[in-house]
Amino acid sequence: MPKTYAYYPGCSSMGTSAEYDRSTRAVCRACGIDLEDVHDWTCCGSTPAHVTDFGLSGALAARNLVQAKSAGRSEVLTPCPSCLKNMKAAQHHAHDPVWGPRIERLLGRKVPEDMRCASVLEILFRETGAEGVRALVKKPLTGLKVACYYGCLLTRPTALMEFDEPENPQSMETLLAATGATVLDFPLKVECCGASLAVVRRDMVQQLSGRLLDTACELGADVLSVACPLCQMNLDLRQKQAACRRQTKAAVPIMYVTQLLGLAFGLDEADLGLGGLIVDPRPVLAGIGARSEEAADAPAGGQDDAKAVNSGRAE
Amino acid sequence: MRIGVFVCHCGSNIAATVDPAAVAMAADSMPEVAYATDLMYACAEPGQKAIVEAIGEYRLTGVVVASCSPRMHEPTFRKTVERAGLNPYLFEMANIREHVSWIGKDKEANTRKATDLVRMAVEKLRRDAPLHSRRFPVTKRVLVIGGGIAGIQAALDCAEGGLDVVLVEKEATIGGKMAKLDKTFPTVDCSSCILGPKMVDVAQHPRITLHALSEVEELSGFVGNFKAKIRKKAPYVDWNLCTGCGACLAKCPSKKATDRFNEETGLTTAITIPFPQAIPKKAHINPEFCRHFMTGKCGVCAKICPAKAIRFEQEDEIVVEEVGAVIAATGYDLADWSGYDYLGGGRFPDVITGLQYERLLSASGPTGGHVVRPSDGREPKTVVFIQCVASRDPSKGRPSCSGFCCMYTAKQAVLTRDHCPDSKVHVFYMDVRAPGKMYDEFIRRAVDEYGVDYIRGRVSQIFRKGERYVVRGADTLAGAQVEVEADLVVLAVGAQAAHGAEKLAERLHISYDDQGFFMEGHPKLRPMETNTAGVFLAGACQGPKDIPSSVAQGSGAAAKALCLFAKGVLENDPQIANVRPGRCVACGKCVKTCPFGALNIVEARGRRTAEVVETVCKGCGICTATCPQGAIQLQHSTDNQILAEVNALCRF
Amino acid sequence: MKTLNLGESDPRFISEVEQRSGQKISRCYQCGACTGRCPNTFAYDLPVNRVMRLIQLGRREEVLSCSAIWLCAACQACAVQCPNEIDVTRVMETCRQMSAEAGLVSERAIQVFVKSFLGSVKRNGRAFEPGLMAGYMFRTGRFFTDVDLAPVMLAKRKLAFKPHKAGNGEVADIFRRYEEEGPVSCNLESDHA
Repeated sequence: MPKTYAYYPGCSSMGTSAEYDRSTRAVCRACGIDLEDVHDWTCCGSTPAHVTDFGLSGALAARNLVQAKSAGRSEVLTPCPSCLKNMKAAQHHAHDPVWGPRIERLLGRKVPEDMRCASVLEILFRETGAEGVRALVKKPLTGLKVACYYGCLLTRPTALMEFDEPENPQSMETLLAATGATVLDFPLKVECCGASLAVVRRDMVQQLSGRLLDTACELGADVLSVACPLCQMNLDLRQKQAACRRQTKAAVPIMYVTQLLGLAFGLDEADLGLGGLIVDPRPVLAGIGARSEEAADAPAGGQDDAKAVNSGRAE
Repeated sequence: MRIGVFVCHCGSNIAATVDPAAVAMAADSMPEVAYATDLMYACAEPGQKAIVEAIGEYRLTGVVVASCSPRMHEPTFRKTVERAGLNPYLFEMANIREHVSWIGKDKEANTRKATDLVRMAVEKLRRDAPLHSRRFPVTKRVLVIGGGIAGIQAALDCAEGGLDVVLVEKEATIGGKMAKLDKTFPTVDCSSCILGPKMVDVAQHPRITLHALSEVEELSGFVGNFKAKIRKKAPYVDWNLCTGCGACLAKCPSKKATDRFNEETGLTTAITIPFPQAIPKKAHINPEFCRHFMTGKCGVCAKICPAKAIRFEQEDEIVVEEVGAVIAATGYDLADWSGYDYLGGGRFPDVITGLQYERLLSASGPTGGHVVRPSDGREPKTVVFIQCVASRDPSKGRPSCSGFCCMYTAKQAVLTRDHCPDSKVHVFYMDVRAPGKMYDEFIRRAVDEYGVDYIRGRVSQIFRKGERYVVRGADTLAGAQVEVEADLVVLAVGAQAAHGAEKLAERLHISYDDQGFFMEGHPKLRPMETNTAGVFLAGACQGPKDIPSSVAQGSGAAAKALCLFAKGVLENDPQIANVRPGRCVACGKCVKTCPFGALNIVEARGRRTAEVVETVCKGCGICTATCPQGAIQLQHSTDNQILAEVNALCRF
Repeated sequence: MKTLNLGESDPRFISEVEQRSGQKISRCYQCGACTGRCPNTFAYDLPVNRVMRLIQLGRREEVLSCSAIWLCAACQACAVQCPNEIDVTRVMETCRQMSAEAGLVSERAIQVFVKSFLGSVKRNGRAFEPGLMAGYMFRTGRFFTDVDLAPVMLAKRKLAFKPHKAGNGEVADIFRRYEEEGPVSCNLESDHA
């Protein structure tokens, strides 16, 4: 019986990153990864909490671990790296002489130590892997040039996240290469996009995300693949704002890695929330569609896999 | 027994927190103590004189000195009592400095503990017996391991001093790292011009036997009488016939072999001679790339060789050399920097190590001495040097400073400006460490005369931008982030012990530190000795060193070997295991546990019994603890002696 | 530039930063790797390595009133880079917490955003983006922040109209206990005895 993960959508899933939430659910379903929402989940505190007080941050994040544990789950999956980092930090700080007791007091109970936490990228990489992706591909992304952008927190801090290489991670490239896409060597893959400074210091985010967009354009990327709601928002929603700091003006679609995988699996575009993207990816994807149809005669997966996907959905 | 007890003040080292007079007074009433006193410095000339005089005046037959660690002065005082006519093993030392005065501040408690230690020493001394060393002859030959500049110097000095030398070199040529360097700092003279003649001297010296392409597999025996098993790897060429003409190199069709001598900056042929001045100048085949070995076809070299020296069927050969001393001179290798992802970790063809850059600068290198980018062969316009890569970096487990990188980086920066006068040269540094003679002046010249731009800060990131590389870091003096687009980046990668150093250390029975460097006998006073008698160290195998220091140590190690052999005979340490044949049941457990192979089972008077090879036993005591019969005793640390010490301590 | 009187160094400040961050500040040897890697250095008044140096010098005022500690995006690049394994990001975050507690905040707008965000979480259990933006604009007087984005966000249905309540008051309880406890306290005497 496959393991069921406690799923923590995070607050942005209710608004700005609804399409990440949708595509994560759709892709996990396709991969046979069973998700069960954390009951009555609440905000992890995000950046504002941990810049205010590690105790407050720890307690807010840990409440969700308590919820997941009481539902009998042993591992939490979340699409958002910032939520993930806060949950892992809560567990880490639980052992700190200054913050541990404070978290416990604010939370009113112990922080569950045995709960594992992982990003959707990590779970897909670990559970499905390149082989699994290859087997599920219905519409190869052949010819699509993708720059993979991880942002700050997926791999850092190293001791906390314990995932991939901090400076030159390869997991996203590995998964997307298995869809037939051409993955580019994007040198700024772990550079910061400006994160939550966007509201207050728009100038800083323009500078940082402008540089990311320019570099992707110079490399000839058709699309930038991301795995963080905040990165996606800064690069997509604020792409127009950043235009004033850019050397090139070309629009770059910013897609969640789950959306790209879902497309390759032949999932319904509505299930992947492609309509929610500000920079419309459909023009670049249209070209791929034509190419992939030619390649569809010899798909990587085959009939059996298609059945597996369907039956997976039926469940 | 008439025992004398001498309690040392060691200036204020002991007397500040121990009352030596009170300890002496307490000792006065211990059994068989005939005389007890305190001395200001027991080890100094007046102190030793007082001990000698007291032995005569009070007719003492045994002496206890309560002072520092026996590692410091036990040999000193043994000689003192011997001078006064006593057996040197009728002497005991109580360590009341390292074990008492330096670790506690409570004077009263310290004085009590010092008294207890003296009582233990007295009780042991009462059970000591005179011991006598055996004398044995020595083999006046030296094994030098490693043919870099330190090993070459050691071999030449030993040979000039009249010793026969066996020089073992892992590679196909001697010369080591120095042979790969283009120029040397701070004089900027040609490295191979000053090294070449010394290499030729090695080849021509009648007292030196050179085994190239060879490694020491085993060292047995003991000081004065070692046996070294050496594996001579097959070069697949009969070196007695090969003239080094190079005809085979010109015709070899396999031209993509790894070029280790050129630090993989270029490719070479499967049959090769590392470089024109190689010693020995003999060809060898790399079977990984040789078509004959890979496919069974080819054999062009065998056809072309005028000396008919090619031997595809050749096998490794084992030779055994008998020597009296060993000098390890195995040098260093650059640290593995593949974990430095933010510097590319080796992914970028134009981000290279300092040693690779030496090969690009060298006229005998793959580019003929033209400074060009490995990726496209173009001359670089902007060259960035980064110091302290895999040095002073605790996060990567490499906390130490390699010492010579500051200087070679400055030299390479100067040479870059010489080779490419239009180039811009930036050096990222954390601190410039240039304490040698004329070293700091050289750094100043690089800045003032050659216009090298020194930036105080560490580089945080290198990434590609088109065909160039963006190098981003900090200038902490300006308090700013800085960025420069470079064509070529040269990393001053720190030094670590040579590959395989740990394994060799275990074969030689010597210790090594956490970076694999061999441990010296004492960090200040025995830099060339090891704790294994007869095994000496020279050069960077003990820790990173520049050329002058390596040469000095090579000569120093040679002097140590010459001193050792000057006497002609050596004496063993009598503190060794001793078998009581009456109790031994020849079970053989001791033979299995002895790490030195010093025990054998022999037939003696019709029965089998264990026997200690006196010259091989190191007195470690493992056999005495192992023997189920209690048949083996370690002389000078017998069960009775140790129990007497325990009883002296646990009196209540 | 002002002369720093080395006699004015505040050892309690160093100790508090060390205890709250769990990092040993003296390990910093000023290589500048953090500054070199920080993506936001261009916007700072002090580069990160100088913040570290001023902590080593015990300069409470200068550190807690600088803008760098507020403009740090906590991207962790410095923490990964540090050759001495100092979690520099945590040190920056610690200084930011202490800056707010000491009332030395230089980037008021950021603090207001933080408070608006946490207020929204406290009320609803989850962050409600439009609500917290309204609060932020009201408190800073920056009424036109990101209004250019509103139409497109509406069109793409990225704006929820009313908050989702969650947590059944448990989140509010966490905030209540946090406010009752006040700032975290460290044992500053024992460390520098």
